[in-house]
Amino acid sequence: MSDVKERVEAPTPPPELPKLGLLGWLRWTWRQLTSMKTALVLLFLLALGAVPGSLIPQTGIDPVKVSDFFEAHPKLGPFYDKLGLFDVYKSPWFSAIYLLLFISLIGCVVPRLQVYLKALRARPPKPPRNLNRLPGYQSFEPAADGDVLDLAARELRRRRFRVELYDGAVAAERGYLREAGNLLFHFSLILALVGAAWGALFGYRGTVLVVVGNGFSNSVAQYDDFSPGRVFTPDDLPPFALTVKSFTVKFQTDGPQRGAAREFNAPITYQETPDSPEKSYDLRVNHPLKVDGTNVHLLGHGYAPRVTVRDGKGEVAFSGPVPFLPQDGNFSSFGVIKAPDARPEQLGFEGFFLPTAVIDERGPISVFPDAVNPVLAMTAYYGRPAVETGKPQSVYQLDKTKLTQFGDGKGDKLRFQLGPSQSYTLPDGRGSITFDSYDRWVKLQVSHTPGLNLALVGISLAILGLMGSLFIHPRRTWVRVRTQDGRTVVEVAGLDRGPERGLGDEIQAIADALKPAEQPEKPKQEQP
Amino acid sequence: MSPETYAEISNLVIPTATVIYAIAMMSHALEWAMGRAVVVTAEAKADVLVASSSGGDLAVPAAPATGTTAAAAARSGRVEAASRIGLLLTWLGFVLHLGGVVTRGLAAERVPWGNMYEFSITASLAVAIVYLLFVHRYKLQWLGLGVTLVVAAVLGLATLALYTPAGPLVPALHSYWLVIHVAAAAISGGAFTIGGLVSILYLVKARAERRVLAGGTMSASLKRLPSAEAMDGTAYKVLAFAFPLWTFGVLVAGPIWAEYAWGRYWGWDPKEVWSLVTWVVYAAYLHARATAGWRGRRAATIAIVGWFVFIFNFVGVNLLVSGLHSYAGV
Ligand code: HEM
Repeated sequence: MSDVKERVEAPTPPPELPKLGLLGWLRWTWRQLTSMKTALVLLFLLALGAVPGSLIPQTGIDPVKVSDFFEAHPKLGPFYDKLGLFDVYKSPWFSAIYLLLFISLIGCVVPRLQVYLKALRARPPKPPRNLNRLPGYQSFEPAADGDVLDLAARELRRRRFRVELYDGAVAAERGYLREAGNLLFHFSLILALVGAAWGALFGYRGTVLVVVGNGFSNSVAQYDDFSPGRVFTPDDLPPFALTVKSFTVKFQTDGPQRGAAREFNAPITYQETPDSPEKSYDLRVNHPLKVDGTNVHLLGHGYAPRVTVRDGKGEVAFSGPVPFLPQDGNFSSFGVIKAPDARPEQLGFEGFFLPTAVIDERGPISVFPDAVNPVLAMTAYYGRPAVETGKPQSVYQLDKTKLTQFGDGKGDKLRFQLGPSQSYTLPDGRGSITFDSYDRWVKLQVSHTPGLNLALVGISLAILGLMGSLFIHPRRTWVRVRTQDGRTVVEVAGLDRGPERGLGDEIQAIADALKPAEQPEKPKQEQP
Repeated sequence: MSPETYAEISNLVIPTATVIYAIAMMSHALEWAMGRAVVVTAEAKADVLVASSSGGDLAVPAAPATGTTAAAAARSGRVEAASRIGLLLTWLGFVLHLGGVVTRGLAAERVPWGNMYEFSITASLAVAIVYLLFVHRYKLQWLGLGVTLVVAAVLGLATLALYTPAGPLVPALHSYWLVIHVAAAAISGGAFTIGGLVSILYLVKARAERRVLAGGTMSASLKRLPSAEAMDGTAYKVLAFAFPLWTFGVLVAGPIWAEYAWGRYWGWDPKEVWSLVTWVVYAAYLHARATAGWRGRRAATIAIVGWFVFIFNFVGVNLLVSGLHSYAGV
């Protein structure tokens, strides 16, 4: 390994570089890029670059928060946007860091592989002249009988050293697999990164909220939220369709676990292609449906109150289920009901669906996630019929800029509560709303991530290599017999080639094995 | 037994463990107070025997130099006893602590990692586990005071300020990959903590050693610490243990679980980002140790930064940013 380090840390050329030429410059740049110090700096940059993405809202994770940010910081927003801070992990500068690291990694490990393959066949080198400068040095007089070097070779082989006999000395080395582990680690990392990149480029992910009883067919337009990889095309979507037949959720009703979901099950039917036969499947948490390389996950659930809105003329202006979004563990769910076609004035409603409503001093709240006592607690708005602008509007928000809130006639805002099948008539003959019943909805996520197994295999191999790299201790040991002032002395010394210590203990143990048996201080060395 | 009973046991056992760790800490504090005196006496003798000591390796804990007086020997015996009692009490505290965490998990019917209180008791348990795992192998006795202080402080804070009754968790969190993920993350976090503590002490000791080389002196308590070089080796070994485990925990078990639960194995959630940052920082640490000129002081600094990043992931991220992982519940 020292040869590797010498190569990696070769002194950089002096600053005046007149006759380098283009090739020389490229060479120099390449050597800089593939040096360990550069790897270190790039690793730090990667860590640093990943941070803003966790502190600033990200388009890929929460687009609503990003637009909130733009609204709250009209100056900072566009500036951040230019820097790519709302999509850090796809930004050019972040990509640049990891691409450089990637190149550096390849440039670093490929030559090391060659060096290693050569080193694998190398024999342990001759002992250096002055063994006594090495750590753990020991010298002693050998026993009169027996060949110390022979004994040493046997002892070292027993300790799994590769042994080479020289004239008057034994050289031994072990731990060749450490570098193999290290190379395996770095190569597998490349593999894992390729797998991850593949998924990021060709994969896609989308979520959709489906009211129970309704269906979903896999096309981009059907998604509430869709994030494709860079090279994804809509043709990549497998043409499956599914229908959510029902949804059951059971909640614990007592004990400290009160309110915990116990069962969570959405039976569905699906067709892999429009002409294939219909199959059924039980969609549960951690139990995704797999169709044609695509996973359908059950991510969440909620309530969709079914309402009928009649306008001032007595005609039905809206009728059907409206998904409300849960705001807390007891499924107090917020939502809006829009009746833009109501005449003479359009109507809008905003408020909460409370599955188990209890009225306390702060008003109605939900105290349990299941629908034990469902109540719709709303307030209402009216306004001039809206001009069709074509501007997309969130189905979970009421644009109140052109609407007026109903009052309760006593100077307060109008609030009303409805149980199932109850109706409320709006003041001044402007219409009515009926809470017919409620449905449930499920949130489905459809995702396709190719390269996943490659990434998994890569990272698992990397861990294997890492363990070899970290826990195998490469070490050289020499035993030499020499004549000194007319006496024969045996010298033992070693050299650690990794960052760990503990050499002294082993040298001591080897020396003890070679010392004549009657030598007095036989220390208490435990054998590894 | 019912969840309520488990919850009651847990609520009884955790404060008891805290008190026992605190007593262990006092025992270790006593050890240090007495140990300084031993070093001073030993040194006075050693100075007579060895005229020019380079100041490095005299500091082997409680190993009296040749020619120590009988009084000093007796005192060093008492230092040993205090150290051993401290360790014994740490074991006792640990057993109760483990019981408290397990019963908490049984009460909540999931891994006890669902809010800040549970995170604190589990993470401090992991610190104790790693310490007890390595205390003999790497001769970590000298770290007893630091470890008991950290564990007792975290547990105390958890009981007094962060307590939340055992409660339910959303069903997405049910999977045995979660258990593996949490266990690996907690244990490697414990090792990061030990590695961070050792690295801090390394910096202190290395500075003192440099001062001695420049002709200065070293205080008696610093002398009792192992040599800077030995501490550097200890930090490396502990972190080399932690790194593959962390890799497995956050880059294998975590993504597998996330793929099951959320249908995406990596989503750049703040928690995932900071786990990756932690991983990158420790990879940089291992590289730094292999790079000439970065060994020692700079590597130790990186290890400390890594530890802070790890802590921030579980305290700062929970309190400041929200994501799928947000479970602060404080
Ligand atoms: C994605 C980026 C990288 C990561 C996560 C990474 C991670 C690691 C880790 C964890 C080790 C420790 C293994 C050990 O101590 O034996 C290591 C060692 C090493 N890495 Fe990297 N590495 C990366 C990139 C690079 C690059 C670009 C180079 C080339 C300059 C490089 C060269 C080395 C060398 C030479 C060692 C051996 C150190 C030793 O002798 O102990 N690594 N790497």
